[in-house]
Amino acid sequence: MQLVLARLRGRKLRARQIETRMRSKDRHRLHEWLVSLPSLGWLTVFFLFPSLIVFAIAFKPSNPFGGIDPGWTLDTIRSLVNPAYLPIIWRTLWLSFMTTLVCILLATPTGYYIARSEPGRQRLLLLAVIVPFWTSFLIRIFAWKVILHPDGAVKRALVFLHLLSPDTSLLYSSGAVLLVMIYTFLPFAILPIYAAAERFDFRLVEAARDLGASPLGAFLRIFLPGVRRGMVTAILVVFIPALGSYVIPDLVGGPGGEMIGNKIAQRTFVDRNLPHASALSACLMLAVLVPLLLVLMQQTQKRSQGKANET
Amino acid sequence: MSQPPFLEFRNVSKSFGEIRAVDGVSLGIKRGEFFSLLGPSGCGKTTLLRLVAGFEMPDQGRVLLDGQDLTHLPPNRRKVNTIFQSYALFPHLTVRENIAFGPRTARRPKQEIADDVEKMLRLTQMEPYADQKPEQLSGGQKQRVAIARALINKPDVLLLDEPLAALDLKLRQRMLVELDQIHDQAGITFLYVTHDQGEAMSLSDRIAVMNAGRIEQVGSPSEIYEGPKSTFVAAFIGDTNFLKGKVVQLPQPGESVLEIEGFSPVRCSINGRRQVGEDVHVSIRPEKFQITNEQPSPDEGCNLASGTVEDVIYVGSHTRFRVRIGKSRLTILQQQTRFLHDDRPIRANEKVWVRWHWQDGFVVEG
Repeated sequence: MQLVLARLRGRKLRARQIETRMRSKDRHRLHEWLVSLPSLGWLTVFFLFPSLIVFAIAFKPSNPFGGIDPGWTLDTIRSLVNPAYLPIIWRTLWLSFMTTLVCILLATPTGYYIARSEPGRQRLLLLAVIVPFWTSFLIRIFAWKVILHPDGAVKRALVFLHLLSPDTSLLYSSGAVLLVMIYTFLPFAILPIYAAAERFDFRLVEAARDLGASPLGAFLRIFLPGVRRGMVTAILVVFIPALGSYVIPDLVGGPGGEMIGNKIAQRTFVDRNLPHASALSACLMLAVLVPLLLVLMQQTQKRSQGKANET
Repeated sequence: MSQPPFLEFRNVSKSFGEIRAVDGVSLGIKRGEFFSLLGPSGCGKTTLLRLVAGFEMPDQGRVLLDGQDLTHLPPNRRKVNTIFQSYALFPHLTVRENIAFGPRTARRPKQEIADDVEKMLRLTQMEPYADQKPEQLSGGQKQRVAIARALINKPDVLLLDEPLAALDLKLRQRMLVELDQIHDQAGITFLYVTHDQGEAMSLSDRIAVMNAGRIEQVGSPSEIYEGPKSTFVAAFIGDTNFLKGKVVQLPQPGESVLEIEGFSPVRCSINGRRQVGEDVHVSIRPEKFQITNEQPSPDEGCNLASGTVEDVIYVGSHTRFRVRIGKSRLTILQQQTRFLHDDRPIRANEKVWVRWHWQDGFVVEG
């Protein structure tokens, strides 16, 4: 009898314990919400609402005066299925992909090198990475126009060295767009990779060398996995803005270097067809968001799995 | 030395900027030996180890392993492996993958690697953790993985850089025993860097005591403890008393008679060339004294002095006395053994007699 009572009491006690633990967990969660409320509000007003509006406009009929008419329609979405867009979408993806690839290939050794430099030199090199931001983005692109100009020194030198025939143009091609995009996005790739490399424990590279790895082997097998988070960040901050590039192809691209961003601008400012521009933007946004969400979901899943393993 | 040394340093120097980390070190280590480099931090012991691993290149001199010149080989071409103080386990790999890193790099057959890894997991009792990541392991477990990861490559020399420094006392003592067993089983030459004299004394076949980039003394633990050659070694290894004196007589090689203020002439053992009239220090370990409150009968082999007890500190297994004799103050340790102290206990401010065997006093340099 007493035993049963004791057991009952024990169960009650445990129930109470669980209850209080839950309550503190709830409080913790409430706290989390309160802390993130301001940024959440900001994102809702300035990111979520505008995005939803863009999505919504894509389903509105356009009118010839550049406005939108009441009612809903799927006409715009249907008009997107247009073979004329295919090369532009392909070019956008290809240029963004190449930009990201080259940026990562250049930024990883650079980040490694900066992180391994002594502190004084490190500051200097970082400054060198950041210094272009002190000049307006537009001015820097115009500078590229000067550099690549048909009468510019680069072109003349290449022609002189017989590396280029006199009638090919350096400007107004997808090659020029790629070059300037790489130039523009490279610092955004270097910084996160450097940040990861700076936190990386280089004694691990020594350990790998000690266990027989060549310098390149240690770099590939130990350093790269060690900075993979920095590399993922770099890929995201290069690829996503690259997809939406508009100014660069507009200024150095010419007709052969047009990207989806130019089409959106054209629909907005030239054709004054807001629904069409919105539909294109929505496609671009989905193309970015869906893979991003998949990556995020996979990561949180992995993290929660890791936590489960720990306990 | 009958056989040539297995690992040899020939007049090796290495500077970092202005600092001479290693300064003209020559040293020979025998095959299969457990050899320790012992010294305070900054004495150059870790640099010496890194010169063997290949992480540093000497400015001068050569490093030889089994007759082969290692000096300019990159780390991956040397048959030595290191256990790092931080363990340096690869965080993105599991325990199993960490251990397999070396053999995989050497492109050994897959099945062979798998078998060897299993063997190492069993040896280090890490089988249940084989698929965990390093961050999920405790300090002692990480240590074991680091050992397994190094030993699987069957190195000629295993380099250990303060491997126990990051562990707590209990675990350190257990790993000490394990390291000793692993050394006996593996039959590999161990080069062990530590600042902890207790570790060095209990594990090593021989010890090199280092100070300011130089080797002060090389010898077995007992040789170094019982016969320190310099004040540095005497002070660094265990506790000791230093007395300042003057050589007044050199009756035979290895023996000297010193004049020390407050003492009758003191017989001491002595190494190296000394001259009568030279100022020297003598080192006597605290536990080598016998302290009594009644005058003992004179003894041929012993020095005798009398002084006043300044204080008595009971430390459990021992009692520590501080005795003033003339201008000197001696620290004396006596074991708590009843048959040594059947007479009445010694108290502070009492007059006492202190005696020690003459061979327990060493004339040291400096």
